[in-house]
Amino acid sequence: MCLGVPGRVVEIDGLVATVDFFGVCRTVSLQIVDEPVAPGDYVLNHVGFAIRRIPPEEIGETLALYERLIELAAQDDPLLADLHSEIEAAGRPPGRSDEESA
Amino acid sequence: MKSPLEFRDPERARRLLDALAHLTQDRERDPISVMHVCGSHEQAVARFGLRAALPPGLDLIMGPGCPVCVTDCPEIDEAVALARAGLRVATYGDMLRVPGSGPSLADVAAEGARVDVVYSVTQAAELARRCDEEIVFFASGFETTAVATAALLEGGPPENLSVLSAHKYIPPAMEIVVEMPGSRVQGFLAAGHAATITGWGVFEPFVARQRRPVVVAGFEPLDILAALVALVGLVRAGTPRVVNAFRRCVTREGNRNAQATLWRVFELVGGRWRGIARVPNGNLRLRPAFAAHDARRRHARLLAARAPLPAAPLLRECRCGEIMAGLATPSDCRLFGRECVPAEPVGACMVSNEGTCRIWHQYGGHPRLAVSASCSTRAQRGAGGCSESARR
Repeated sequence: MCLGVPGRVVEIDGLVATVDFFGVCRTVSLQIVDEPVAPGDYVLNHVGFAIRRIPPEEIGETLALYERLIELAAQDDPLLADLHSEIEAAGRPPGRSDEESA
Repeated sequence: MKSPLEFRDPERARRLLDALAHLTQDRERDPISVMHVCGSHEQAVARFGLRAALPPGLDLIMGPGCPVCVTDCPEIDEAVALARAGLRVATYGDMLRVPGSGPSLADVAAEGARVDVVYSVTQAAELARRCDEEIVFFASGFETTAVATAALLEGGPPENLSVLSAHKYIPPAMEIVVEMPGSRVQGFLAAGHAATITGWGVFEPFVARQRRPVVVAGFEPLDILAALVALVGLVRAGTPRVVNAFRRCVTREGNRNAQATLWRVFELVGGRWRGIARVPNGNLRLRPAFAAHDARRRHARLLAARAPLPAAPLLRECRCGEIMAGLATPSDCRLFGRECVPAEPVGACMVSNEGTCRIWHQYGGHPRLAVSASCSTRAQRGAGGCSESARR
């Protein structure tokens, strides 16, 4: 029941989207998703509700971050602290400060 | 664009595991203990074989992360009482076989009570629209799932739909677990889906109070391993803070639209979590504005009139509570794999697909692949007897 499943939006009818989950299509509600969604977008879904539009650029950026984790973990601990600040900074939506995104 | 399946790349996973081994190489005798609080994390850890691959200097404990498992017996008893009184009850499949003080919903369904399994609260609403009688939706799940219930109630539900809320709110439970005597938890992996809703900022007060780091983690193997690298780094460095390692889904402020919906419909109230403790502000109750759809208010007299059920004898030996608090593992429990099996569960952790005992029974807990090849083969077939877990 707790699963969150990513899927690709195929079409949208009002607040209901048809989403392709790796070959299986289901309708999900767009009532509580965080930002506007268009066909082709990836969304994270939970019990029939989309809860997050997954920005495509974030996937590549997350992988780059993991690469950096691997590099730094192989070195000394103090460097990890730098990485943590980097992750923290990266945790905010690009181009927006926390205050603006309210 | 790159597919989400990129996050299962075995080559990167091996390199992250190497990094974890490097960071914990001096801790073999005194492993760093961290806790995750999500059944989906344990599912991924077990399904992708991560637990067997983790270095000996790291102990990853599953905490109270299964909402079905922490649903208290009296809450199950309420649903059972309503079903026995002739009301039609709809619920998530995981809830069906959880024993209360007495029978489970599946038991009373076998006696003729009407119980429907739904995948989403919207299906419960569709069911209500197709009939004239009342449908009671027995709602379980943490804040992520409660948002779906809230959205449906706000969006104009059918009049004959009521909600029996067993929804729980996870942040206060993390504090309870840390403060338990004997707790070894040095840091938390927070559930990425719940944090998608609440935002990672919700953990900042916890970190300030408890001085333990929290890393928000996704659910693919690379997400979990990378988050563990970050968390172990923070524990070692002694720098408690919140780190978001699931940035493609989680922001600091979270999904404000969903939060607003959640708090317009639900309010926090203290309540017991099965086997653990009373958790202040741990339960989500419908606000008075939604009384017309609150099964507890609609059927107050019926629920008050039910006779209290004595706890089943085996239940007294059940160690689900200690297991969820990270103080014991399933293989420490005398009932595990013997009296308590998925077909006939004693405790809730053996029922749900997200329960620690069920997952360990299915995947073999902590198979020592490097030690015994035959053991790992049995573990893959699902033999619970192979769960030679206790590193402690």
